[in-house]
Amino acid sequence: MEKATAIMSYAKALQCRECHREYPLNPIHFCEFCFGPLEVVYDYAALAQSISRQSIQRGPLSMWRYRDLLPVSREEVVDMNAGFTPLIKAHNLGKLLGLENLYLKNDCVNPTYSFKDRVVSVAATKALEFGFDTLACASTGNLAGAVSAHAARAGLRAYVFIPADLERGKMVGSAIYGATLVAVKGTYDEVNRLCAEIGDKYPWAFVNINVRPYYAEGSKTLGYEVAEQLGWRAPDHAVVPVASGSLFTKIWKGLKELSSLGLIGPVSTHMHVTQAAGSAPIATAHAEGTMMVKPVRAQTIAKSLAIGNPADGYYALKTLKESRGAAAAVSDDEVVAGMKLLAETEGIFAETAGGVTIAGLKRLVAAGAIKSGELTVAFITGSGLKTQEAVESVVNPLVIPPTLAAFQEAIGKPAGPARAR
Amino acid sequence: MAKKRMKFTFPPKLITEPVIYNLGHRFKIVTNIRRAEVSESRGWVVLEMEGDSAEIERGIAWVTTMGVRADPIEGDVVAG
Repeated sequence: MEKATAIMSYAKALQCRECHREYPLNPIHFCEFCFGPLEVVYDYAALAQSISRQSIQRGPLSMWRYRDLLPVSREEVVDMNAGFTPLIKAHNLGKLLGLENLYLKNDCVNPTYSFKDRVVSVAATKALEFGFDTLACASTGNLAGAVSAHAARAGLRAYVFIPADLERGKMVGSAIYGATLVAVKGTYDEVNRLCAEIGDKYPWAFVNINVRPYYAEGSKTLGYEVAEQLGWRAPDHAVVPVASGSLFTKIWKGLKELSSLGLIGPVSTHMHVTQAAGSAPIATAHAEGTMMVKPVRAQTIAKSLAIGNPADGYYALKTLKESRGAAAAVSDDEVVAGMKLLAETEGIFAETAGGVTIAGLKRLVAAGAIKSGELTVAFITGSGLKTQEAVESVVNPLVIPPTLAAFQEAIGKPAGPARAR
Repeated sequence: MAKKRMKFTFPPKLITEPVIYNLGHRFKIVTNIRRAEVSESRGWVVLEMEGDSAEIERGIAWVTTMGVRADPIEGDVVAG
């Protein structure tokens, strides 16, 4: 068996986000006393001594260039080259929305086509570190693919729990990697409860349960990358699609860490939440001015964001408040329009969550939360190839017999003179 | 004996009702509240329930019929 080499990690403990009790870095996720969630804390003083822009730039062109800021102590990480995805200036979309400084962080181009590769890359590495032989998750799509692929790469067994009525295409995107799919017959709440119980009982690395504190840290790399790609600065605005609230809070944590380590200046980014109206408990709480998130029954075409009872809802609201951000909840029709707008203006085919981001961005601009010259980054977290059914109506081909005349008639104009070579 | 960690979310009409007291009396379940927040319009309680696992399930089913939303403390774990 391969002997893993341990290397120095700056992660020093797990800490309860509520009562601040500290725990050793084990596969645990809640505080024994108050049942609050645990989060990784680092030895920032030691980190500040060793990390620099140059040391990061010498690293690989993947999320692992930030490994000093991730909670792993194993040299051989489970790396499928997730991360360091393009940050592109959106000239066309920006012009249309009246934004001169709009950028898109395109996480569609990760190994399994969503940002989940970032979190699972960390979770799979921790699974090996802790000596687990199985990686597991409960998912309706993106997470299932990322877990299955990384498990295959790491030589781990994979169990993926899915609701029994999940679309066939999404099952294929996980089963192809050799994962065992478990289709659970029951209501969404029952599936959730069962998976939480299984995560508790089996000696597996259940990515968003017992290794969640580590897994979630992978999302910080989106914040790091954006800052580095902008020339080591934080944007004025970050527009993020929000489900559990984890990605949203971790982008913020990532930016603040870079600043406290002196790698970027002070962070005054406004963190904006975008949600689908059918699953908007965080945006709703924000609109009502309360810090108490009321769980909802999620109903939206943006299935990757359909989390009615967000684990990090309260912390997302705290981030919103701290960063003086805003929130937008958009209808399913706006989601589809957002997907089309992004594809037609910038050539990016995003999944429904990307439609939520773009539709939300549009609303935030209309509400005056984002002004023309301000540096804005919209996060596109997954590829549209996974949710094609949402935009099937765009397919409306010109059907013609195989003659030139029919073609000319169909497009309504005759051909011009042929160009010389 | 089994233990279960749950989050109960209460609708406004149940804020003034002794739901957790009744849960402990109707069922053979020991409840132990770890964290809670209650306002006039809504409230939640994070608690541990200890008892026979079938009895805990019956208790959860009962609070649910009363109008309480019962979730694992992890929130929704079925992710996109």
